Amino acid sequence: MKLIREFTKGITIDNPTFGLVLGLCPTLAVSTSVVNAVGMGLAATFVLLGSNTIISSLRRFIPERIRLPAFIVIIATFVTISEMILKAYFPALDKALGIFVPLIVVNCIILARAEAFASKNPVLPSVFDALGMGAGFTLALTSIAFIRELLGSGSIAGLITLKRFEPVTMFILAPGALLTLGLLIGLTNLLRIRKGKLALKKGGCCK
Amino acid sequence: MPDKLIVDVSPHIHSHESTPRAMWVVFLALVPSAIAGVIIFGLPALKIIAVSVLSCVLAEAVIQKLTHKKITVSDGSAALTGILLAFNLPSGVPLWIPVAGGIFAIAIVKQAFGGLGLNIFNPALAARAFLMASWPKYMTSFSRPFAGVDAVTAATPLDMLKEGKAQDLAQLGLSYWDMFLGKRGGSLGEICILALLLGALYLLWRGYIWWQTPISYVFTVGLLSWVFGTEGFLKGDFLFSILSGGLILGAFYMATDYVTTPLTKKGQLVFGLGCGLITFVIRRFGGYPEGVCYSILIMNAFVPLIDRHIRPRIYGLKK
Amino acid sequence: MDISRIFAIAISMVFINNFILSKFLGLCPFLGVSKESKSALSMGFAVIFVMTSSALITWLIYDFVLLPFNMGYLRTIVFILVIASFVQFIEMVIRKSSPPLYKALGIYLPLITTNCAVLGVTILNVDNFFPGSSALPGSFVYSIFQAFFAGVGFMLALILMSGIRERLELADVPESLQGIPIAFVVASLMSLAFMGFSGFKF
Repeated sequence: MKLIREFTKGITIDNPTFGLVLGLCPTLAVSTSVVNAVGMGLAATFVLLGSNTIISSLRRFIPERIRLPAFIVIIATFVTISEMILKAYFPALDKALGIFVPLIVVNCIILARAEAFASKNPVLPSVFDALGMGAGFTLALTSIAFIRELLGSGSIAGLITLKRFEPVTMFILAPGALLTLGLLIGLTNLLRIRKGKLALKKGGCCK
Repeated sequence: MPDKLIVDVSPHIHSHESTPRAMWVVFLALVPSAIAGVIIFGLPALKIIAVSVLSCVLAEAVIQKLTHKKITVSDGSAALTGILLAFNLPSGVPLWIPVAGGIFAIAIVKQAFGGLGLNIFNPALAARAFLMASWPKYMTSFSRPFAGVDAVTAATPLDMLKEGKAQDLAQLGLSYWDMFLGKRGGSLGEICILALLLGALYLLWRGYIWWQTPISYVFTVGLLSWVFGTEGFLKGDFLFSILSGGLILGAFYMATDYVTTPLTKKGQLVFGLGCGLITFVIRRFGGYPEGVCYSILIMNAFVPLIDRHIRPRIYGLKK
Repeated sequence: MDISRIFAIAISMVFINNFILSKFLGLCPFLGVSKESKSALSMGFAVIFVMTSSALITWLIYDFVLLPFNMGYLRTIVFILVIASFVQFIEMVIRKSSPPLYKALGIYLPLITTNCAVLGVTILNVDNFFPGSSALPGSFVYSIFQAFFAGVGFMLALILMSGIRERLELADVPESLQGIPIAFVVASLMSLAFMGFSGFKF
């Protein structure tokens, strides 16, 4: 039961993108199409799963003082592995994601989960935490990409192209990304206010 | 925002002028140019102006209704945004373009920031930039003047220069007089310089706008275009650079907006200079033929900085 | 090395491919530190400094260590470690040598480690200037300038944003849009305005 909660919290209340406002750079950069978004989400989930598992199993051996460099090395290792996998098996996706694959290293979600969860909890909950956070990230990324692709290219997940609709090209450009995310966070806030949870989480990874 | 006071620069002089009045006066000053646009481009221009104004006013009313605010469409600011937006559109665009632009201008650029007096960017120009980014093919096909209803597309003089199809006015087949009256391709409200200046002179004379921004803006563009002319050093065409594009419309009506420009006269000079410099750089080196819209938007972002560093002298204090 | 190339890099990095407004690198500090213009200025200088020196160090490491030993694939791990330890080192040096400077910049330095703009610019340099597996001629200088001007672009956006956000304190922004959402809307409009520079030709 508890494990399920570790999983679901990442998708709902502690959603890394809308709830905690973490890991924004890749969220904006790769959400031009649903395919890219899912690819990025899966790559990040893979790194998260790997780093959470290793960090939580090594949590008694990593000295407190050098824990951050140690976490970074572990995370960077998994990022390099995912870079290689992408390059070898999905070259087109690798090209589309570009510089943002190596930049998963500095994606604050992963370091934040290592610091806040995996270094304090046993392996099994950490795995579920990673899966939940990864799923939440992928979901948020995909929903932003869905909106941007629908409005900006007039297609749904690259499968169906709308006819009689003049795509609002701005939405696949930089301003559209910033606007979509701003309005979506605003919408989340609105729902929270409606529910009476006035205490907004003023998040942000690096503050 | 009931518990916060907005204190403007001193000295505070009592005046019978109110914001609605000023907005409607500026709106009226634009009417001659609107008439000129309709004469030159025909009925489509009138339709676009009407649709643009209507969609801005309606968007403002609907949003204020939804957010339980006082509905203030009668203050004329939404209507003014509407007419300025229409002036920045080619006369041949489909009618849903001004609708989309109007909604963007009011909802995102104005009301998201709290409404009149609080927006950072000029709503009409931001909406134009949005339309340009979204539907460039409609936003860059201009109708030939006096072509009647069957719109024939024509490149603007600045387009021709950018694409290297013409070097000077003679090759464009235009005279300064044509440019002054508006016998050229362009957005529907930017071309008749005569009508624009008529309205602007009235506003200047009655003190609704000040000369600092428009003059420094126009002269910076003219001077830079003359000094770094395409034909060579000190060989540029001063008059042409002023009369072409949307410079006069932008300098007198949009760079003088009360909300999105600096408070002090000195700040307004700086604002005009910055706009002029960016406009010239975009016209000369950029991918777009015209930079007026972007230059004013970029300088809008600088306004808080300009206002912080160029403060008004405290009234009564010696320097 | 030629001057016009450096000029083109400058325009591109500051205006056209601005790291924040068009590449989405360094959004977290952009949102976190842009509430007040004084701290925005300090953060801007700190970022310019770290980016420029990281570019210098990583270029040397990539060209003289990673490439000769065929370990290009290790760049992500190596670069992030280099940047993290460099930032740590700078922090210690400044703390000992210049307390006032430490007071002004110190608290921003740790933030910079996780700033994806810094790692981003080093990886961008490698992607741009090491096609195949050897350095382009003059790329050492270009990559330093590329990093420097990326930092300048970052600082420009940060300072403009901080001025606007100070003004927004007085604005009647709808409750649900206050804070981060409205900052994104501002960034979006700024990005729209900066699109005017696209397609620059020299």
